[in-house]
Amino acid sequence: MSETEHVSVRDLRKTYGAFDAVDGISFDIGRGETFALLGPNGAGKSTTIEILEGYRDRTSGDVTVLGQDPGRAGRDWRGRIGMVLQSSGESGNVGVRELIAHFATFYPNPRDVDETIAAVGLTEKAGTRIRALSGGQRRRVDVALGVIGRPELLFLDEPTTGFDPEARHEFWSLIRLLKREGTTILLTTHYLDEAAQLGDRAGVVVGGRLVALGPVDEIGGQDSRIPVVRWVDAAGQREQRTTEPTALVAELHRSTGGEVRSLEVIRPSLEDVYLDLVAKHDSTATPTGVLA
Amino acid sequence: MNALALGLRRARFETAVYFRQGDTVFFTFLFPVVMLTIFSVAFSSAGNFGTKPDGSGGITAAAFYLPGMIAAGILLSGVQNLAVDIAVERGDGTLKRLAGTPLPVLSYFVGKFLQVLATSALQIVLLLLVARIAFQVALPADASKWLTFVWVYLLGITTSAVLGIALSRVPRTGKSATAVIVPMVLVLQFISGVYLSFSQLPSWLQSFASVFPLKWLAQGMRSVFLPSTFETLEPGGSWDAAGTAAVLGVWLVVGVVAARLTFRWIRKDS
Repeated sequence: MSETEHVSVRDLRKTYGAFDAVDGISFDIGRGETFALLGPNGAGKSTTIEILEGYRDRTSGDVTVLGQDPGRAGRDWRGRIGMVLQSSGESGNVGVRELIAHFATFYPNPRDVDETIAAVGLTEKAGTRIRALSGGQRRRVDVALGVIGRPELLFLDEPTTGFDPEARHEFWSLIRLLKREGTTILLTTHYLDEAAQLGDRAGVVVGGRLVALGPVDEIGGQDSRIPVVRWVDAAGQREQRTTEPTALVAELHRSTGGEVRSLEVIRPSLEDVYLDLVAKHDSTATPTGVLA
Repeated sequence: MNALALGLRRARFETAVYFRQGDTVFFTFLFPVVMLTIFSVAFSSAGNFGTKPDGSGGITAAAFYLPGMIAAGILLSGVQNLAVDIAVERGDGTLKRLAGTPLPVLSYFVGKFLQVLATSALQIVLLLLVARIAFQVALPADASKWLTFVWVYLLGITTSAVLGIALSRVPRTGKSATAVIVPMVLVLQFISGVYLSFSQLPSWLQSFASVFPLKWLAQGMRSVFLPSTFETLEPGGSWDAAGTAAVLGVWLVVGVVAARLTFRWIRKDS
């Protein structure tokens, strides 16, 4: 493919009556990049991703996905795309391997069925009916169906909801494998550590607008990443933001003349930066992050 | 893989899944067989049906009910099966997921139709076997009767399948699909001469039932399986094959148009 951007979104808007679900969003996703779309519930993440998947029409704006308008793209286009939707389907009377092997026949160049089952950690459940699986195991089937067609672009809409921590780490390994193979990924998630682990760049959506966009380790600006030093002295809990935490700690040590009580040096995580951003842009949210 | 080959794959997959769903197998596939058995046993001591004053020309309850049950089976396998099946698939996200793959919508429908054709053909074979072996019903020996059977069956099952696709949009959720579709189909069976002898219904109810395809499907099947002496009991005193062809044909067109207008492969809520 010749296009360097796999996804290009310009001033995307989606209105339902008087409500602006998506209110002028623009971003690009380069080929082979993993982009995390973050935001609180109802911020417009899923509406945006469903427009890119071709499931919803847009009110206005330009959207190009793998060089085509998803609202008009056809069968060839869908053969190059993989989707893990937010809600999973199937009545459950189908075996795991049976379903994945069946979906493999839809694609021109599918992945090996058994290798895919192994990659999502379901080898031991290959013969089991979907209805007998746990919620997390069903989600792994969704992921397997999303990647079975060897997609160039993969949409992951809250893929690890319902996973236990071990399953999430296994899932991350699978996504890293897909990244190494050059798959472009658009991820929405509520787990900020997941976005930090997997994402190259992230966008934060609040109230239908993109309030921050950039590399995962720079998003929110440099100021939001200034470390926080916390300690307790005679006056109670103290907190200071400084670009030179070591110097501050040394100074505290000198002035206290010994051990500083409850000393912490906190480097804001993506989660802290995110919560700070959301609180700043969403009047209904209460600040809960470390920077609050 | 081309759309037709994928349709065959879908048909195999769908037929396998069909027989794993206990409720569908009972209420769609086995129901006419169960009803035929119950009626045949229940009325076995009541004497023959349609016996002339001189004692000749009568047939057993099993022979009398067989054509109606075949017609009901065609309706159930098409309308009830597909309307519920597709409504459930829309409700649980199966349709949305399939629409996100390169599977052509044509393959999806080829799969559904071949599943309906396969399961209804098996159902009729089962009905004929039960009638022949358990209740000693004499089946037609005349080739022209079987020719009638083939066209009535093919027209009937195609119309039923298309109407099932169209009606799948009526239930608002997948969970309510059975509760919405089954009563409609059941009422139709009672007024169309499946469980109750059509000639004994009041004439206004006969006229009302004549609007719907099942009455004509049952009549077409009676023309195949009942002796010619029963023809005089039909409204107008005739099997009226042309009427069967015309009404089923009209419903086929209505079904195709309705399905075309209401079915959304990718349902965009814009």
